[in-house]
Amino acid sequence: MEMFDSIIFLLDSMVRLTVPLLLAALAGLYSERAGVFDIGLEGKMLAGAFGAASIAYLTGNAWLGMLAGIGVGMVMALIHGIASITFRGNQIIAGVAINFLAAGLTVFLGQAWFRQGGNTPALTMGGRFQAIELPFAEAVKDVPVLGGIYSELISGHNIIVYIAFALVPFTYWLLYKTRFGLRLRATGENPKAVDTAGIGVNAMRFQAVIICGVLTGLAGAYLSIALSAGFIKGMTVGMGFIALAALIFAKWRPWYVLWATLLFGFLNSLQIRLQGVELPVIGQVPVQAIQALPYILTVVLLAGFIGKAVGPKAGGIPYVKER
Amino acid sequence: MSARKPLPRWADIALLPTLNLLLAFTISGLVVLMVGENPLEAMRILLYGAFGYGEGFGYTLHFATNFVFAGLAFSIASHAGQFNIGAEGQAYLAGIGAIMVGLALDQTHWLLVLPLAMLGAGAIGGIWGFIPGYLAAKRGSHVVITTIMFNFIAAALMVYLLNNVFKPKGQMALESASVVNAGKLPQLREFWDFFGYAPVNVMMFVAIIALIGTFILLWRTELGYKIRTMGQNPNAARYAGISNSKIIMIAMTISGVMAGMIAVNEVLGVQNRLVIDFVFGYGFVGIAVGLMGRNHPIGIALAAILFGALYQGGLELAFEMPAITREMILVIQALVILFTGAMEGLFRTPLEMIFTTLEFNKNSKEQKG
Amino acid sequence: MAEKSHNKMRRRQDSAASNIAIELIGINKHFGPVHANKDIDLRITQGSVHGIVGENGAGKTTLMSILYGFYRADSGEIRVNDKQVKIKDSSHALQLGIGMVHQHFMLVDNFSVLENVILGVEDNFLLATSLKKARAELSRLAKEYELEVDPDMLIEDLSVGQQQRVEILKALYRGAEILILDEPTGVLTPAEADHLFRVLETLKKQGKTIVIITHKLREIMAITDEVSVMRRGAMVGTLKTKNTDPSQLAELMVGRSVLMKVEKGKANPKEVKLEVKDLVVKDDIGVVRVKGVSFNVRAGEIVGIAGVSGNGQSELLEAIAGMREPEQGEVFVNKRAISSDKDDGAAKVRKAGVAHVPEDRQEQGLVVSFEQWENSILGYQDEDKYGKGAFLSIDACRNEAKRQIEKFDIRPPNPRLITANFSGGNQQKIVLAREISSDPEVLIVGQPTRGVDIGAIEAIHNNIIAMRDAGKAILLISVELDEIRSLSDRVLVMFDGHIVGEVDPTTATEGDLGLLMAGVSGSGAKRVTATKKDKTTGVSGSGAKRVTATRKKKEHK
Repeated sequence: MEMFDSIIFLLDSMVRLTVPLLLAALAGLYSERAGVFDIGLEGKMLAGAFGAASIAYLTGNAWLGMLAGIGVGMVMALIHGIASITFRGNQIIAGVAINFLAAGLTVFLGQAWFRQGGNTPALTMGGRFQAIELPFAEAVKDVPVLGGIYSELISGHNIIVYIAFALVPFTYWLLYKTRFGLRLRATGENPKAVDTAGIGVNAMRFQAVIICGVLTGLAGAYLSIALSAGFIKGMTVGMGFIALAALIFAKWRPWYVLWATLLFGFLNSLQIRLQGVELPVIGQVPVQAIQALPYILTVVLLAGFIGKAVGPKAGGIPYVKER
Repeated sequence: MSARKPLPRWADIALLPTLNLLLAFTISGLVVLMVGENPLEAMRILLYGAFGYGEGFGYTLHFATNFVFAGLAFSIASHAGQFNIGAEGQAYLAGIGAIMVGLALDQTHWLLVLPLAMLGAGAIGGIWGFIPGYLAAKRGSHVVITTIMFNFIAAALMVYLLNNVFKPKGQMALESASVVNAGKLPQLREFWDFFGYAPVNVMMFVAIIALIGTFILLWRTELGYKIRTMGQNPNAARYAGISNSKIIMIAMTISGVMAGMIAVNEVLGVQNRLVIDFVFGYGFVGIAVGLMGRNHPIGIALAAILFGALYQGGLELAFEMPAITREMILVIQALVILFTGAMEGLFRTPLEMIFTTLEFNKNSKEQKG
Repeated sequence: MAEKSHNKMRRRQDSAASNIAIELIGINKHFGPVHANKDIDLRITQGSVHGIVGENGAGKTTLMSILYGFYRADSGEIRVNDKQVKIKDSSHALQLGIGMVHQHFMLVDNFSVLENVILGVEDNFLLATSLKKARAELSRLAKEYELEVDPDMLIEDLSVGQQQRVEILKALYRGAEILILDEPTGVLTPAEADHLFRVLETLKKQGKTIVIITHKLREIMAITDEVSVMRRGAMVGTLKTKNTDPSQLAELMVGRSVLMKVEKGKANPKEVKLEVKDLVVKDDIGVVRVKGVSFNVRAGEIVGIAGVSGNGQSELLEAIAGMREPEQGEVFVNKRAISSDKDDGAAKVRKAGVAHVPEDRQEQGLVVSFEQWENSILGYQDEDKYGKGAFLSIDACRNEAKRQIEKFDIRPPNPRLITANFSGGNQQKIVLAREISSDPEVLIVGQPTRGVDIGAIEAIHNNIIAMRDAGKAILLISVELDEIRSLSDRVLVMFDGHIVGEVDPTTATEGDLGLLMAGVSGSGAKRVTATKKDKTTGVSGSGAKRVTATRKKKEHK
């Protein structure tokens, strides 16, 4: 039973760690599928986290905080959009700039407003999202195996967790079963075809970029007001890049994104769990190896060793209407 | 379709970056206002901190040294048409080479340590740049993504190595043994009091040599010509028989070597040991420096000093005005990168139109006259 | 002026007989100084197949682009079904019933056929209904017009011919009554081309109007009812196909060209310097463009290859320059085979003594952001005269640049000036100066006077002649027939990847060349005489070896 409890615990932690990755990766999915490269996921998440925590603290209301996080994410995304689409600038550099901007502004404003070294003050009950007990969770708790899975693993998360997982089938539906999704995907593959079909390429891209902002803002909000109790300087610690790695690893497909982020989330929870633990035969596992695994896997994929990672054909190239 | 001519040289090199910088400063000034401080006062403190007294100036130069290497790293790859975002990781890993040489030769003389450390650090940094270059040239992997990944892999690797290889037994702190003797590169203040406690050291001269060397490489050698051709027009490079794949790999390697020099500076010139995260973001500043400096050694030198001043002045500012943290510098840096790199069209297009109109008026006047 | 009133009379007579689907009146279009369409009048009868022929740069594509909304005319009137319209963009054109099938398909590769067809004209937010409707409609269209295609297949898995069918289906799905096809058979196999013609016939029977832009006279004769000929931006004439023949069309197409005044002595060819043997070359997307070409060039002669662009000349040139690896066949310089490599093959070929003036100077021949002197060493940067070892001697380079400027009269004579600031003609002179100054044994030249002003053209031509007289072997590829005829000692004609004939430029007529270039006749014989009575339609053969190219699927780049 202990083993089982351990596993459940591990998986539970995995779920919690996966959510920001999942949201950020989905955010990147929309943007890149429309042809706008986004390496600024990290910065947008960070900014969203800060926005959410600040407003949640000031208003004592988690929902307002979440909205604020989403709003900030959208603003940062618009900056990226204006630079990349309107000014046809280099999307990579714009992403790098967004990351620095977020890193600087969050701490700077945090210190100016809250004087806590760049962090926001701890949130009270109202400011955080609380765990939601699914119906019957208490009742089935003691049912062997399934009860544990239901009451510990599936129930008891906050609302954003459920939203995040629900977004996967929703994204699949949106991208592949609706007109919007068809046009969005076409924009990232052959913008000329889209243009001659009478659809505005730049308008399409802006919509994708804004969705990206919403989701990264949400991811940030999750970090600061659901997973933790406030914003801590630099709290995204590279998650935006792991999300990017997961997106590439998932070959830009929604359901694969779920598996990829679960995998990376699992690796993350695993390395936390294994720190200092002596395993039989192997001895102490170098946790850094596990930490580095998502990145190594992505490089291996990019090198074409485990299948090809072919992104949206028109990705990263600003669309210029000829003549 | 209006034919817009490229800007005259001086406008491209001096006017545009100045406009971008002004805009970045203006916006930052607004942010400062927003938190209730006086931007002009902040500017004064910043300038004083950077240039107003010996120690401050020394720090400015010290930061600038790192930024020169980082900027050169980004620029050399840029000239070949590649964005090396991995200088951070390349410099970090290169620390291994620096510390190992420093510790091994600690009882000799710094004149021996210096070149060998540069060799060691450069080799490792070079390899860390070569691999993404190889993957790009031969497997078509995007350099930006791979170098970002390599930054993280380097970070994980370094923590492991520090913990398991370099940390002396029994020590708690996550750092290596220290160099005490020849491994310590002489700091300028040993010769000249003026710089106070600033850690600016001989690597500053190496940086100057690197700037000159890069100029010679890019504009006075065959290899440099090939690199520049490839970056400006890969098709013309093919036409000229210049191997695209070879050039990418070479440029990325040199780029990594340059980044490795940051390690020599920090590990042996300042910290005197290998500490965690000693690169401290300098690798990324190189992107801003390279862009602002228009990928030219003179521009890079000036931009490096500018950012050095920003960093040192920012420290001073954080000290004097508690409301403003050193993160303000990151904001300025971000805005510079944004305007110089991504939103070029903001100023360039109107400027081009202005110049074309002026040119046109001048020509028509000449024709009439 | 008399012509115009004559046309007006004809108009009144004809419109009584049938409907005019499209009428263009006085269309003018400029691109900067280039007058691409000069006062064009055109009437396209409803329910007919109307061909538009002309050489490169005749203005056909520009004109059609105006019709389907990609460009706006500078002046003139457009009437669709006898109503005057101003066509704003391509969706507006579609609303008017005008659909275009482009040369380069506007398809999303990793979408299915169905998805491509409905893109932009989906019924509502949910795709399911649109897809169902499209599937039914496609099935109907497929049966009616022989346009069978598996609706669920991905575009990237289809052959080029099938992809073209999708393009046509797209237009029909959107209710196009007037279909414009731009060089439709360029990428098709003969079997696919025949199938296309059957489809077009069926469409015509159903009352659709078809406009087909092409330079292939065989096609014109085979399927069109009327044909309009354009030349150098002007509409030269419109004829009923059954009242004309390829020779007449060819002459109209090519015109009475004046042999340019080039002072040229008699050639004195010596040994063979360049030999091309059974060369087969593919382009970037895997389509075979050079289908078995053999010829040689001797020292002291200029061999010109004439032909409309897109018939394999570019790939041929790149293969000889060592920049493109052939599938089969070999290239010999001074009797030694050259090796090619897509990455850096050009270097070795240069060392073997071949200089190359590329077709597109801005894309390949120059780095426009470099100063002039930097471009004067492009390709030759390794040579010792520019610097010992790894270094470049700036002085040596700049001196050489100055020498080239003087010798070739490059203006302004400033080696420090950024190349982008030189005019087109002077840029070309920079390239030519560089290649000639390397003192090669073989000089291969592509489109030497494209985008070059009159003043520079003469100078460039004289340079080429001088090289020939100095005993060099020169291969000249150009779409400008005048240029080929004036400069060359021997003229080969390239059509559809083959050398379809060789002529003596002093005796061949425009008609001969036009026919060869349009793929109508060809026999590999030294002299081709095509008489006006010779209605050699449907015969395109050449003595050259034909390589059956296996139609491979479009390769992913």
